[in-house]
Amino acid sequence: MAKIELKQISKKFKDETIIENLNLTIKDGSFTVLVGPSGCGKSTTLRMVAGLEKQSGGEIWIDDKCVNDTPPGLRDVAMVFQNYALYPNMTVRGNIEFGLKNMGIAKQERERLIMDICGIVGLVPHLNKKPQSLSGGQRQRVALARAMVKQPKVFILDEPLSNLDAKLRNQMRTELIQLHKRLGTTFVYVTHDQVEAMSMGDEIVVMNKGVIQQADTPMKLYHDPANQFTAEFIGTPAMNMMDMRDMQGLEIRSATVPGYAGFRPEQALIGAGADSEGYEIEGEILTRESLGAENIYQIQSRNGVFFVKTFLAPLETMRHVKVTVPYDRLYYFGLNGERLRGVEASSKRPAAVGGR
Amino acid sequence: MKTVDNTIGGSPIGTAAAGSRLSHARTRKATIRQAISVLLRVLNIAALLLLVLVFALPFIWMLSTSLKTLPETMIFPPRWIPDNPVWQNYADAWNTGPFLKYFRNSIIIAGGILILQMLTIIPAAYAFARYKFVGSGFLFGIVMVTLMIPSQLIFLPVYLELSAFKLLNTHLGLILPFASSAFGIFLLRQAFMQISDELIEAARLDQAKEWKIIVRIMVPLVKPVLVTFALFSFIAHWNDYFWPLVMTTNETARTLPLGIAKIREVEGVATWNILMAGNLILVTPILIVFFLSQRQIIKAFVYNGVK
Repeated sequence: MAKIELKQISKKFKDETIIENLNLTIKDGSFTVLVGPSGCGKSTTLRMVAGLEKQSGGEIWIDDKCVNDTPPGLRDVAMVFQNYALYPNMTVRGNIEFGLKNMGIAKQERERLIMDICGIVGLVPHLNKKPQSLSGGQRQRVALARAMVKQPKVFILDEPLSNLDAKLRNQMRTELIQLHKRLGTTFVYVTHDQVEAMSMGDEIVVMNKGVIQQADTPMKLYHDPANQFTAEFIGTPAMNMMDMRDMQGLEIRSATVPGYAGFRPEQALIGAGADSEGYEIEGEILTRESLGAENIYQIQSRNGVFFVKTFLAPLETMRHVKVTVPYDRLYYFGLNGERLRGVEASSKRPAAVGGR
Repeated sequence: MKTVDNTIGGSPIGTAAAGSRLSHARTRKATIRQAISVLLRVLNIAALLLLVLVFALPFIWMLSTSLKTLPETMIFPPRWIPDNPVWQNYADAWNTGPFLKYFRNSIIIAGGILILQMLTIIPAAYAFARYKFVGSGFLFGIVMVTLMIPSQLIFLPVYLELSAFKLLNTHLGLILPFASSAFGIFLLRQAFMQISDELIEAARLDQAKEWKIIVRIMVPLVKPVLVTFALFSFIAHWNDYFWPLVMTTNETARTLPLGIAKIREVEGVATWNILMAGNLILVTPILIVFFLSQRQIIKAFVYNGVK
């Protein structure tokens, strides 16, 4: 178990700066997910923690020890790669045993460790097979077993589920959560899939262009995004974002003038009664996606196109609808994308907007 | 009726008659397709047989000649199978010179070259494939340039050098000039470059030392390429005539090809039957090695071709 601290980390590839002045503390025993669009530097950050990539500046501390000059093998870090990176010329047993042999562990002890781990991930019947003859899920398990058997302080997983099909991915997701509970080791997980991040992590670090946008618990990220990027990145469909100049009829009292207002598709109400207070938008439904329990509507309004998501409600058949967004569900952002808090809103001339 | 259901895709329009017509057409089409595929396979086999014949004929001719009497080798039209196979030819060929010595020399020299080459090209190719160091491009360029220098151009300076080091007429003198191979470095570098970085990173995280990564992971993964190269190298040096001829002045380090060439001179007349028996002695070890490593060679070409 170990705490990981990144202090003032920067990374440059030739003239290109990938990461600049990054500070992050990953709590001991946490399941931390680094998430962000591709090219945001999340994998690079992870590889620097593992020691596979040397940072251009700054310090990395694992378990209160600076590991800047520690080679990858001695950092007590195990990694699961996206394409598993199993040694094709070795059997499953050989793959798992390789690291132990290099660590100089006696044969009997190795055998015991291998059997223990393979029992956990269900690989015992496949011990003498080569990776080529295993399915994707089994290869994934071998990769996990290979990492686990070394009993590292930190587990690093680089998009480990992206090569699996949807069903297997869900299954492995739960297995990984259980595994984390069972081992209690620090897990650092990289993904570009926000659903994966939300469902697995107890701490999520949202990154964009080499900068940490927000590091928080999943619920905090969802309910209280720190900026426009996080707000739009977390949640499906993404948060609807509207230019304040288009929000006619909305009166706000705030120290700074917001540039944008946003609301989550699932928090807007279609055809709400007169008693519900909120900002009203009228529009035409462009498309309807029905997924059974939930329906997603794409609506064209004067303020632009936006999405509304309803749960366990009959599919809306009307073309022309009135959407109400409760005032306390509106998020405001400055022109630079920063979240503005403490903004109070009301409708100036309700009749002009909604025609109540 | 099962076929009908399939063709119509569930709609219950087709009558039984229409259905049977349809399935007739289908079976006819299937038969034609089958016939074509059989024909293609036959043609393919015929073409392959022709190819085999082209390459195998000289060998068969050599074998046939090596079992004939000298007059028999001159008969026209030639006879493929001699009336009385003369096994004595092999003994005669063997006894024209110190063949046991030639044989031993050939094995020591071709084998020694092979071992040294393996020791030098594997680390070199790994370094060129996996590391960017100061001057790596330049050094690799130099390696590539040596590929383009014919041995006829350098044999004289090498001869003088070997003579200065008193290495003429020694095994070492015939081995050392070939201690490394530019072709081998190039071939292996390409193979190493195809291996994914993550595999090496995984090994580093597994605390594997650099040499262990090479021996336990990289080399097994390029085995087909390595075997192919080894075979090329072994055959080339086993058959080499020019270099040992130039670098030796007496029998101490002479190899089989020189011995075989000497058979011709023995009687003044070309004793083709004996000569062919000698040649067969020369190629047999290579054929054996080839048969043993056949699978790996095919793998190497498929691997390099498809990827």
